[in-house]
Amino acid sequence: MEINKDLIAASSTPIVLAILAEGDSYGYAILQRVRELSGGRMEWTDGMLYPVLHRLERLGFIDARWEIAESGRRRKYYSITSQGQAQLAEERKQWQAVDATLRGIWQSLANPIAAGDVFGRPAAPLTQGA
Amino acid sequence: MPTPDQEVLLEAQIDQWRSYLRRRQAIQAVDVAELEDHLREQVAGLIDAGLATDEAFLVAVKRMGDLDTLSREFAREHSERLWKQLVVLPADSGVSRAQARTDAIVAVCLALAAAFLIKVPALFGLSLNDDAGFFARNLSFFVLPLLTGYFVWKRRLDTRTVRWLGVAFVAAAFFANIYPFGPEGHTEALTALHLPIALWLVVGIAYAGGRWSQVAGRMDFIRFSGELFIYYVLIALGGGVLLAFTLQIFMSIGIDIEPFFESWLLPCGAVGAIIIASWLVEAKQSVIENMAPVLTRLFTPLFAAVLIAFLGAMLYTGRAIDIDRDVLIAFDMLLVLVLGLLLYSVSARDPQAPPGAFDVVQIVLVVSALVANAFALWAIAARITEFGFTPNRVAGLGMNVILLVNLAWSALLYIRFQRGRAAFTDLERWQTNYLPVYAVWAAIVVIVFPPLFGYI
Repeated sequence: MEINKDLIAASSTPIVLAILAEGDSYGYAILQRVRELSGGRMEWTDGMLYPVLHRLERLGFIDARWEIAESGRRRKYYSITSQGQAQLAEERKQWQAVDATLRGIWQSLANPIAAGDVFGRPAAPLTQGA
Repeated sequence: MPTPDQEVLLEAQIDQWRSYLRRRQAIQAVDVAELEDHLREQVAGLIDAGLATDEAFLVAVKRMGDLDTLSREFAREHSERLWKQLVVLPADSGVSRAQARTDAIVAVCLALAAAFLIKVPALFGLSLNDDAGFFARNLSFFVLPLLTGYFVWKRRLDTRTVRWLGVAFVAAAFFANIYPFGPEGHTEALTALHLPIALWLVVGIAYAGGRWSQVAGRMDFIRFSGELFIYYVLIALGGGVLLAFTLQIFMSIGIDIEPFFESWLLPCGAVGAIIIASWLVEAKQSVIENMAPVLTRLFTPLFAAVLIAFLGAMLYTGRAIDIDRDVLIAFDMLLVLVLGLLLYSVSARDPQAPPGAFDVVQIVLVVSALVANAFALWAIAARITEFGFTPNRVAGLGMNVILLVNLAWSALLYIRFQRGRAAFTDLERWQTNYLPVYAVWAAIVVIVFPPLFGYI
């Protein structure tokens, strides 16, 4: 399943902030976590994560620092700031609202008779999209 | 586990990938380090999952995403970086910053030395106005040895090369000053004009360091020359504005600084600016590198249109080219210009790119310049016995023939490339191999012409 680019872009901020809220992390590990959480359904182009991280850093939602990783290489770690926490809470509210709306509509589509149109007729059977 | 061989190969591949990434202006060294860490993690993870080293590298690079898109994303996020490139000191690392500062200090000192040098003759009673001949003949020596010295220092040239460069300058100074030129003589003017051309090759050898024997090294020097020219013009424009402003405000309090300006500011600034401009080109290669190709793209079609209009008008009206004193010089300049346009589009072209519409315009330009020049040469040849061989005419004719040969062969190579029969590198090699020809001709004009024509 290919997830729409706009959806990926829109969800990248809450996902990255939420993963960093779990604990400090770095680019590769963040992507691994996304893969794990989505069961491999959300495929980001690896490189694209970094401009997102840099944008969040510029906005003050996350902090970055260079450390020496266990591999001996320098690695850039990111951590969430209090401002980022607030942003995450805000995003969470918005996504929950979207989620609740979609949930409602999915449910009514699943029970077409109960949710008939204004004249009480049952809704036309929907053909399931691919 | 990868074998040592595979490790070496992987490192080489990562090196190459890194250098590709470094060329993107929007992606800075720290970002490259971050992305490289990612790539290595990814490769290690894939090898653990059972992939061969080279496969792992390919998959990791693929997952990283298309470099153009990536650098566009970086540019969108860091648009300021493209502008920050204009600042001279790179903020990358401590070492390169210290190096850049040393560079700057050396360049400024050399520029001051050049400004001082040009005033040294004044200590011996020679003035710019009364001894214009002396200054014209020796102008090169106030700045080019210093410029050469800068590159000798920068490229750490070995003493043998330095000795040869020194010999070249001493010999040039000898020939510029030994001859008893007649007052306001033509051969003296020719020497003044051709000596810098000959010595520019010496600068080029120093610039290229040990790479003068390679096509790429000479090509870099061609790029450097063009960028230096653009920088110098920009600095001159800025200097002109500054000077006009200074003149005006001092005038308002009744002080005339024009004498000071003429005898100090102008000559010192003019020679110092060459060193400063060279240093700027060195320090900021990537910025203006985009400038010369842009200018050539802009002007190649325009010049082609003008030349075709000229040829059309000549054929339509049936008028022949009227050969007078300046026509030869005008056509030499035309060839130089067309050659410049050709050189800079060559130098900026991706050698692997297939021929395109711009290449066609380029060919039209070169061919129409050749035809126009052929008309001029024909007109001269028809009446050369009538005019006689003056030094100016011979020098102009010689330069014309040299440029013509270069341009004609370039056109041939270009057309062959366009038809897929030759590689683009052939054209590059031809252009860079031709560089010494100009210098040799210029040296002949300086050394042989004055005695040949009796120092007139």
